[in-house]
Amino acid sequence: MRIALFVTCLADTMFPAAAKATVRLLERLGHEVVFPAGQTCCGQMHINTGYSRDALPLVRRHVRTFAPYDVVVAPSGSCVGSVRHQHAALARSAGDGGLAARAEEVAARTYELSELLVDVLGVTDVGAYYPHRVTYHPTCHSLRMLRVGDRPLRLLRGVRGLELVELPAAEQCCGFGGTFALKNADTSAAMLADKMRHVLDTGAEVCAAGDSSCLMHIGGGLSRLGAEVRTVHLAEILAATEEP
Amino acid sequence: MTTFLGMPATAPRGVGNLRGEEPFPAAARKALGNEQLRRNLGHATATIRAKSGAVIAELPDWQELRSAGSALKADTMARLPELLLQLEENVTRAGGVVHWAADANEANRIVTELVRATGHDRVIKVKSMATQEIGLNEALEAAGIEAVETDLAELIVQLGHDRPSHILVPAIHRNRAEIREIFLREMPGVDPALTDEPAVLAAAARRYLRETFLRTRVAVSGANFAIAETGTLVVLESEGNGRMCLTLPETLITVMGVEKLVPTWRDLEVFLQLLPRASTGERMNPYTSMWTGVTPGDGPQSFHLVLLDNGRSAVLADEVGRQALHCIRCSACLNVCPVYERTGGHAYGSVYPGPIGAVLSPQLTGVEDNASLPYASSLCGACFDACPVKIDIPSILVHLRGEHVRARRRPTPESIAMAAAAYTMDHPRLFAAAQHAARLSRFAGRRLPRPFNGWTASRDLPPPPPETFRDWWAKR
Repeated sequence: MRIALFVTCLADTMFPAAAKATVRLLERLGHEVVFPAGQTCCGQMHINTGYSRDALPLVRRHVRTFAPYDVVVAPSGSCVGSVRHQHAALARSAGDGGLAARAEEVAARTYELSELLVDVLGVTDVGAYYPHRVTYHPTCHSLRMLRVGDRPLRLLRGVRGLELVELPAAEQCCGFGGTFALKNADTSAAMLADKMRHVLDTGAEVCAAGDSSCLMHIGGGLSRLGAEVRTVHLAEILAATEEP
Repeated sequence: MTTFLGMPATAPRGVGNLRGEEPFPAAARKALGNEQLRRNLGHATATIRAKSGAVIAELPDWQELRSAGSALKADTMARLPELLLQLEENVTRAGGVVHWAADANEANRIVTELVRATGHDRVIKVKSMATQEIGLNEALEAAGIEAVETDLAELIVQLGHDRPSHILVPAIHRNRAEIREIFLREMPGVDPALTDEPAVLAAAARRYLRETFLRTRVAVSGANFAIAETGTLVVLESEGNGRMCLTLPETLITVMGVEKLVPTWRDLEVFLQLLPRASTGERMNPYTSMWTGVTPGDGPQSFHLVLLDNGRSAVLADEVGRQALHCIRCSACLNVCPVYERTGGHAYGSVYPGPIGAVLSPQLTGVEDNASLPYASSLCGACFDACPVKIDIPSILVHLRGEHVRARRRPTPESIAMAAAAYTMDHPRLFAAAQHAARLSRFAGRRLPRPFNGWTASRDLPPPPPETFRDWWAKR
């Protein structure tokens, strides 16, 4: 299958390992990955902070960039959530019905990584090997905007050598929330403190998630604590094999 | 003939309890520093969440019930003027008197005059969000009328000279030791040997309240629902104090937000299932009181209904925001909100705290008066999932953020940064250049400068990678 990668601005800039792993994984499974030029950002940060007017050109750019592809994947529940639940609505409220219709078409073909693997490609055992004790944070937008359910856990259970440990209060927000972490830094830090305590309680070596943004937040907190736990994107675990 | 009533106005300033004294982040900081408060809140919300989750799981048709509640509310809002007139007609026919109050000032004036006309100077109150919203107790006090709250938690808040911090459990931020202190200090005739056993505390409150019920002739209530078809008012409660207030006095005055309507008697069935399970985690609330006008020789012989707007018409005029009027005040959104759980209700500065408060308060007052509230959420979406009438709170929050940004006259550092980021992201070459610049930035991997230093106060930025994804891709 020919799959267009929507890398997301954060993964592109700060966490390319997650995006590279997505490419390696899909190619290993026998698919062709293309990287449409001209893509930058879905505009979620602008929309969620109230700058919908600034976001509109970004939505237009995103729709134009990805309209030619049958299947689009992003290693981010949050950005796919924005594409699926915000783009058409924003276009419609700006009075651009044509853009809204095209945005809906792109949204219907855009998948978060675990959705693509399980629902479209029909795999839960991707042939990965990752001999570590891992706990999984489901991330709010994957959980509630996309309803990915247990797809990531099914994928992780198919990984050889991986010991999956349950995260207490997994469904509680880590406190990132985009600009929420800046505008309400103290409340965000209090939410993060509880999330980190739960992660540490599991005794896991690795905290995994499907969103680089949440991992940046949790990882940034764990690093400040001097904790040994690493934060790793789901794609990196699924891309890992016995060959170095 | 038509009468122009003017554009829908927001709730007036200087009266009522919809506006906080400081922005959310500042108020939240104080609450976050109070360990006792955070323990009380964490314990209470976790308990209610578990209880509610268990009784909701018993119903095979919970999702259908939610959809039915949502559809009934949407229909009611679409026909609100017509249904309100129908309610007025039926209440009047049953011997009640209907008053229309455009805002808090008018409602307070109407109630004060009604109490004065009875010749009494004390009222007993059924727990009511609407009267708290308009600051009725304060208005009555200024007129020399004593208002006694009879809901146990409201009484604790009133005696403690405190403010409620939860819609359903106003004293959620207090533990029993604190409550004992308040009773000893403030409750008339309390036994000085009072312990902090819940049963002992409840008995003390009961003794005090019984005496007050029996010697007070005027009651003020709110209403959970009003049935347009029959003119019936409905109050749901757990303690029986409401039942006492609604039956013993000679005069009953009900203050109700105009959105509390349901079209028909039959519609009530849906809400009587949704509300108790979502709010207190009960299969059915212990007391459901209904009254239609007056009944000679039985219960209050004089009944007044005050229909309160106080900004609601303005909310109704907003296509996205009007869903907030569907709220049945169950507080399920508070109990699942990770922000509320850590800051408590006072940080929201309004009688409506938590996620629903973050969308309702700024709409009732105008967003500029509560500008920090739409941002008091990480948009995690737990409130939307918990809401028994499916109010899409995250979408309204985002909508109100947009309203706030659009209403600002002058550019701010944030708006300039946002515009610059959007421009850069709309030009891929510029974006790539900005990525390289960010990587070389002296801030990379260290603490951020203002206004981003709040983030790096408790978190480390990761070191930037040696190359971006698009650079790596280009070299493949």
